[in-house]
Amino acid sequence: MEQSEQNIVAQTETTTELPKPAALQDTRPADAPVRDTSGASVFESKNVSIYYSSFRAVTDVSLNIYENEITAFIGPSGCGKTTVLRTLNRMNDLVPGARVEGDVHYRGASLYAPGVSPISVRRRIGMVFQKPNPFPKSIYDNVAYGPRINGIRNRGKLDEIVERSLRQAALWDEVKNRLNKSGLGLSGGQAQRLCIARTLAVEPDVVLMDEPCSALDPIATGRIEDLMHEIKLQYTIVIVTHNMQQATRVSDRTAFYSVLRDEKSDTRTGVLVEYGRTAQIFEDPQDSRTQAYVTGRMG
Amino acid sequence: MSSDVKADPAGTAGSAGTLSQKRPLGDRGFQILALASGLLVLVILVLIAVSTSQQAASWFSTEGLKIFTNNWDPANNQYGALAFIYGTAVTALIAIIIAVPVSVGIALLLTEVVPHRWSRPIVYVVDLLAVIPSVVWGLWGILVFAPWVQHIYASIASGVNGVPVLGFFFGPPTSGASFFTAGIILAFMITPIVTSLSREVIATVPQIDKEGAYALGATRWEMITGAVWPHSQGGVVGAVLLGLGRAMGETIAAALVIGSSATITSRLFAPGYNMPAVIANQFGEASGVFRSALMGLGVLLFVFTIIINILARGIVERSARRKRGA
Amino acid sequence: MTAMAAPREAPDLREPKGWRRSKNRIMTVLMVLAFVLTIIPLGFVLFTVIAKGASIISWQFLTGSPIPPNVLPAGFGGMWPAVLGTLLITGLATLMAVPLGVLGAIYLNEYGGRNWLSALIGFMSDVMTGVPSIVMGLFIFSIWVLHFGYSGLAGAFALGCLMLPVVIRSSYEMLRLVPDPLREASYALGATKARVTMTVVLPAALGGIVSGALLAIARAAGETAPLLFTILTVTTANPNVFSGANTSLPSQIFSNASQPYTGAQDRGWGAALTLIAICFILMIAARIVTARFTRYSR
Repeated sequence: MEQSEQNIVAQTETTTELPKPAALQDTRPADAPVRDTSGASVFESKNVSIYYSSFRAVTDVSLNIYENEITAFIGPSGCGKTTVLRTLNRMNDLVPGARVEGDVHYRGASLYAPGVSPISVRRRIGMVFQKPNPFPKSIYDNVAYGPRINGIRNRGKLDEIVERSLRQAALWDEVKNRLNKSGLGLSGGQAQRLCIARTLAVEPDVVLMDEPCSALDPIATGRIEDLMHEIKLQYTIVIVTHNMQQATRVSDRTAFYSVLRDEKSDTRTGVLVEYGRTAQIFEDPQDSRTQAYVTGRMG
Repeated sequence: MSSDVKADPAGTAGSAGTLSQKRPLGDRGFQILALASGLLVLVILVLIAVSTSQQAASWFSTEGLKIFTNNWDPANNQYGALAFIYGTAVTALIAIIIAVPVSVGIALLLTEVVPHRWSRPIVYVVDLLAVIPSVVWGLWGILVFAPWVQHIYASIASGVNGVPVLGFFFGPPTSGASFFTAGIILAFMITPIVTSLSREVIATVPQIDKEGAYALGATRWEMITGAVWPHSQGGVVGAVLLGLGRAMGETIAAALVIGSSATITSRLFAPGYNMPAVIANQFGEASGVFRSALMGLGVLLFVFTIIINILARGIVERSARRKRGA
Repeated sequence: MTAMAAPREAPDLREPKGWRRSKNRIMTVLMVLAFVLTIIPLGFVLFTVIAKGASIISWQFLTGSPIPPNVLPAGFGGMWPAVLGTLLITGLATLMAVPLGVLGAIYLNEYGGRNWLSALIGFMSDVMTGVPSIVMGLFIFSIWVLHFGYSGLAGAFALGCLMLPVVIRSSYEMLRLVPDPLREASYALGATKARVTMTVVLPAALGGIVSGALLAIARAAGETAPLLFTILTVTTANPNVFSGANTSLPSQIFSNASQPYTGAQDRGWGAALTLIAICFILMIAARIVTARFTRYSR
C-alpha cells in the first residue's frame, strides 16, 4: 500500500529539463486505489501548476491529503511549498497576477470552479502564518472575530466559543483573566497560540500551517507541536516546515519539494519530488534528491 | 626615504592635504549657513506670535474678556468676536463632516480595492483638487455654486419645515452664501490632504494582518474593519485634525461665499462670518482698535491652528513610529 | 488513530447567504461614490472656468491695461498689471524661499542627524505648513509694512514664509533618499562636508528638489490672503517690486469676484483661467521633472 502511495511527478533521469505534463511518471499500477484505508482523502490535487504572471512558480504537483493526518511539506527555500499550501485555501488569489492551473478538489468539490466563493473555502480551511499576526484588538475580540463575521452575536455563545478555542490552543489558563487585554501584548509563542485559537474558533475542517514555529523559541515550538498532536484528532493539518526534525516529530506523511532549474532559459520552478509516509521518506527515500536533502547533504 | 610620504594612521579627511585639526573656513561657514536657515523656521514662528500679539494688544486690553461676546459693532466701538469664532467652528465642522467619510473612502479605495495601476490616475485626480487656488474656488463658489445650491436649500428648508430638530438647522436661505456653502467648499478643498495622509497611514498596515483576516473567511469589508481600521484609526484621526486646521484657516474661499454677516444662528443656510473671512474683508478699511481687533482674530487663529497642528502631527508621528518600530 | 469518516456529499462552496456579501458590495460602491464625489466638483469648476474664461483670454487680455469694472465688453480690459505682479512677486518669493529651504533641509539631513534641534526644526516646519496664509500676511504687515509701506517685496516675504516649510520638507525627503555610499565615496577622496553636499548630494537629489519647489511655487502663485495687506491691490502695473503697492492675479480675481458688474466678473473668469493654467503648467512641469530627472525616488 505504501508503494502505491508515492506519486513521483518529476523524472529522475534528466534533471535539466522542465517536466511537461505528458512526461508524468506514475509508478502506480493502473487499477490501484487512490486512497489507503487510513482515512478519506480531504484534498486531491492533480497536475497543479501555479503561475505569477508569466513566471511558473510550481510545476505539476499531484498529491492527496488525508483526513486526520498531519502532512508536512519540506524542501529547500524557494521550492514552492508555501505556494502549494496556499492553493489549498485560495490564498494565492490575493497576489495580483497569480494563476492556478490544474485541479484541486476538496472533499469532492473543485476549489477553483467558477462560482466557488473563496470566503466559504477559507471558513472551512484555516491558516496559521509564519509570523504570529494577532489583530490589534483584545484577546477576546481576536478569537471572537471569526464567529462574529459568521453571524454569531450572542454574547453567551461567543464566550463559550472563545473559551473552547483557547482551551484547544492550550492558552486558556494563561489568559483567562486578561481576555480584554490587547492581543499584541503576548509573547511570540502565546501570540501564535492565539492565532491558532482564532483559526479554530470558526470550527474549520482543515488547518494549514505555514512554518508556524520558525519565529519561535524551542520551548514555544514544543508546545505548538504538542498542540498539533492533540487537535489532529479533530482536524486535518498540513504544515510547511523547513525543520526536518519537526517533520519527523509531528507528521504522518511528508512531501518533499525541490527546485528544478532549467539551464538554458535560466528559470526555476518548484516540483514535488517524493511523497509518502514520513518514516519511509526519512529512512528509505526513493529519490536521490530526497535522500540528499534528508541526510543533510543538500540544504 | 622622502619625507613627503607620511602615512597618516588617523586618516583625516581634510581638504588641501592639511593635517591640522581645524576645519576649513568654508566648510564651517556652510554649516552655519545651513543651521541658520533651519533656525529661520523657529525664528519666524516666534516673530509671528510676538508681532501680531503686539498689534492686537490694544484690542485685548480694551475689550478684555469681552472679546468672547457676540457684540461686533465697529461703528460703536464694540468688538466682541464670538460670532466669528462660532462661524469658524461651524464651517470647519461642516467641512470635516463632509470631507472625512469621502477622504477615508477614497483612501480605502486606493489601498484595498483598486488594482495598483489604476491607483495613480485616481491620485492625480484627487491632487488636482489641491491645485485649484482658493480664490478660484471662491469665484466659482459665489458666482456659480451659490445661486445653484440656493434652490436646493430652499427645497430642503420647505421639506423640513416644522420638523423639530431638522427645522432648527435647516431654515430657509436668504441667498446661496451661507455657513453651509462655505462648509461645502472648504470640504472640497481639504479632501486632498486628508485623503493623502489617510492613505499613507492605511498603507502601513502590515500585509500579514490583512491575510490573517482573509484566512478566516472574511470579506473585504470585514477585513477592513477587523485588520485595517484598528491599525490606522490613530493616524486617520491625525489626518482629520490636519484637515480641520486647514478648514479653519482657509480664507479667501470662505470670504467670498460665507455671506459676510456677523450673526450667530443655528440656521446653517443663513449667511454668517468666520475669523479669516472678516479679516480679509475688513482689514483694508480698519484702523485703531478695529484693526487691532482684526489682528487679534489673527492671533487667535494662529494659536488655534498651531495647537491643532501640533496635536495632529504628534499623532501621525506616533503611528508612523509604531510601524517602524514594529 | 484515525476516525473513520462517514461518506459525505461534496461541500457547498458558493457564496455564504445573507447580508455579508451585500454589505461588502454596498461598501465598495460607497467607496467608489466617494471618488465620484470629488470628480464632480473638480469637473464642474474646471469646466466653468474654461468655458467662461476662454472667450475672454487673448493676447490683449494678458498684456493690456485694465479698464474700470463696469465697462463692457469684458475683452477690452487687460490683466497685464496682475500678470506682471504675479510673475515678479512669486519670482522674488521663490528666490528667497527655495535656497533657504534647501539649505534648511541640508542642515536637517546632513548636519542635524538625530539631535533634538533638528527634530524640533523638522516638527515645527511641518506645523508651520498649517499656519493660515492670512496669518502670514498679518505677520508681514506688522513687521514690515508698518515700517516700510506696501510693496511687492512685502508680498514676496509673505509668500516666502508660506513656501519655506514646504520646500524644507520636500527637499529633506529628497536628500534622505540619496544613498550614503555616494557621500562616503566623496569623503574618501578627501572632500569636506560642504563640498560633498554641494557637489555630490545636491546634484543627486536635484530632480526631486526642483519638482518640490515647482509645487511650492504653484501654491504660492495662487495665494491671495497673504497679499491682501502687503501689496494692497492696485490696478496699475508696478514693475518696481521694492516699493509701491502692486497687484497679482489672485488679488485681481478676488476684487473682481466681489463686483456686481458682469464685465468685471467675466474678466475675473479670464484671470482665473490664466491662474489655473499657470498652476497646472507648474504642476505638470513638476511631474515631468520627477519622472525624467529624478534619480532616487521612493
